[in-house]
Amino acid sequence: MTEQGLHLDHVSIALKGKTLLSVDRRVGPGEVFTVMGPSGSGKSTLLAFIGGFLDPAFSASGKVFIDGDELTGLAAQDRHAGILFQDPLLFPHMSVSANLAFAIPASVKGRSARAALVEKALEDVGLAGSGARDPDTLSGGEKARVALARSLLSGPRMLLLDEPFSKLDAGLREQARQLVFDKARAMHLPVVLVTHDEADAEAAGGAILRIDDC
Amino acid sequence: MLTRLGPPLAILLLAGPIVAGLAGTVLPALGYFPTLGGFSFSLAPFAAVLAEPGIAMSVAISLGTGLAATAISLGAVMLFVAGWSGTRIFARIQHLISPLLSVPHAAVAFGLAFLIAPSGMLARIVSPTLTGWDQPPDVLIVHDPAGLTMTAGLIVKEIPFLLLIALAALPQTNPVRTRALAASLGYGQVAGFLHGTWPPLYRQIRLAVFAVIAFSTSVVDVAQILGPTTPAPLAVRLIEWMRDPDLSMRFLASAGALLQLGVTALAIVIWIGLERISSVMCRQIRDTGWRFRGDAWLRGAALAAVTLAAFAVFAGLATLALWSVAGLWQYPDALPDWLTLKTWMKSLPRVAGPLGTTVAVATLSTLIAVALSLLSLLREDETGRRGGRGALMLLYLPLIVPQVAFLFGLQLLLILAGAAASLPSLVFAHLVFVMPYVFLSLSDPWRAYDRRYEAVAAGLGKRRWTVFFRVKLPMLARPVLTAAAVGFAVSVGLYLPTVLIGAGRLETITTEAVALASGGNRRIIGVYAFLQMVLPALGFLVAIFGPALIFRHRRAMRA
Repeated sequence: MTEQGLHLDHVSIALKGKTLLSVDRRVGPGEVFTVMGPSGSGKSTLLAFIGGFLDPAFSASGKVFIDGDELTGLAAQDRHAGILFQDPLLFPHMSVSANLAFAIPASVKGRSARAALVEKALEDVGLAGSGARDPDTLSGGEKARVALARSLLSGPRMLLLDEPFSKLDAGLREQARQLVFDKARAMHLPVVLVTHDEADAEAAGGAILRIDDC
Repeated sequence: MLTRLGPPLAILLLAGPIVAGLAGTVLPALGYFPTLGGFSFSLAPFAAVLAEPGIAMSVAISLGTGLAATAISLGAVMLFVAGWSGTRIFARIQHLISPLLSVPHAAVAFGLAFLIAPSGMLARIVSPTLTGWDQPPDVLIVHDPAGLTMTAGLIVKEIPFLLLIALAALPQTNPVRTRALAASLGYGQVAGFLHGTWPPLYRQIRLAVFAVIAFSTSVVDVAQILGPTTPAPLAVRLIEWMRDPDLSMRFLASAGALLQLGVTALAIVIWIGLERISSVMCRQIRDTGWRFRGDAWLRGAALAAVTLAAFAVFAGLATLALWSVAGLWQYPDALPDWLTLKTWMKSLPRVAGPLGTTVAVATLSTLIAVALSLLSLLREDETGRRGGRGALMLLYLPLIVPQVAFLFGLQLLLILAGAAASLPSLVFAHLVFVMPYVFLSLSDPWRAYDRRYEAVAAGLGKRRWTVFFRVKLPMLARPVLTAAAVGFAVSVGLYLPTVLIGAGRLETITTEAVALASGGNRRIIGVYAFLQMVLPALGFLVAIFGPALIFRHRRAMRA
């Protein structure tokens, strides 16, 4: 089963002819691959390329495979890449449970089955009974946990993390890291983490790619 | 892909009627229009226009009132923003003025007439105590031969427009930093603004200023209500020729429409000349290093001007509303003897038809405009390319080409095609004017949307249209509905397109109201003008309270 995991095959991203980053790497299930670099270095474009939402202003070459399936030509919605940004980006017009229910694939039929999944997901992140709440009334840490639960509910094949801990308080940050990495390991998801925080990279414990600002 | 159709369809529906309409105006103006018996090209129609009595005066009035209205309203807005932006008074006046944008020109003009006429509200309040007038003095205020009242009517309506346009562009010019910098160099507030913030700001609002020039030099409804009559401004006379039952007058009218195009173009050329002169003057003043620290009087004057304009509109509208329910109201009483719904009861049966047409046309043209704007913006999202200057020019085209110049030809073409005075034709004619406002109002909030929400939703495996309908559209519900309300208000207020394309068979509240102007029955005019301002207001109420109600449990969805 050498094909398992995420494979970035000679990926290179450029803006106006200037190469921002080049990477050729395999990320196994449950492993974390960390990309470090200062802000403005273009490190987030790697996530955009993998996730399928790269701004047309950038040009990219190379291929992305997940468990042997090529993603490169697919639309974003067919790639099943769970994404967590710096901000939790809970949909402000939906309740907490509606946010989670939105993520459950349509293949899960039946109102009660879907509701049960939502309730279970809330419990898993320590927010049982908060389903009816307005996401804006949650604390920063709670929002981050809902965002994680939402990603995981969609049945992702990988996790893409764009500095997801940088806006949390120091104490919460540690917990949030633990939670995300534990879940990813438990679900055997390859993770690509983009950050400028050394502590994130340390906690992730995987391979690190450093992008220099040139 | 559906979105691919958005931009070309928008271009076709905007530019198509304008180009076709201009062609339909140019041909008869040159004497060629076989259906009307014109088989050869000639300049006879132009000669006929130039031979019309008082034509030079009509042209002069159009040019003079249009340029004066633009210069005064822009000057007031410029000094007001210069002297007050960032203050609490500024925010308050901004809130006060915003709703005025949606009031149709005709309603504002009627309000002003009811306010300042010799028998108007102001004269009544001070009579007979201060003036000794027992009957209205015999002075020509409304319809004054120099067009001063008409200019005032345009000014009070254009100030809110230019102010809101300027406010939308202001943040991009970093006004706070520039103000602090200029102040640290010892410049007064107005001077600092004029040297630092105004040049980039003006560049951004320039097309809107041109639109004001074009509108003011070719306006018909305001001119009919407030403008001079002997002779009338050019655009008003064009409409009279156009309506002449003698069809050969069409040649004259078309040549006149081209003359109007030339007058508006000349006004814009003169304006560009004025821009040059003032920029040179501004530079010379700057080079002297004059700080102009004692600018309090000028700031005060600007505040007074803008407040006065807003007050005039509000007081005028209140007077209109009062007239619609007035019982016996003798001069010089400041208030009617009693209030009654009699005028309303009498008018309602006649109002119903035009009201239905107004709502139908406004709703349909707005829906189409919103759909087209959304498709074009979605396409913009896809390609990552914004429409550049060309697209912006195209959007402003219907606002900068004088309406009469292409509506004449468009009407003629529609008559030939047997499609004049039909609801679809009227809807598409309105769309030409509704679309620019809807798109301009929607594009900024759309582009400011955090697209990471879409990335998240796509990462959850959602299709593009699911993301659009379940995430993006609900989150942008307020700006989309606001844009729709703007479009609805524009359509309700449109006079000339309705008169020409409706050809007298499709009447709206606005055409009926303007038609009542000559009759002078203030009570009935009050009813129509009141409806004119209520309809747009209803649209904005829906846009504000609809989302507020639906998302009342969602804190982050509050504006």
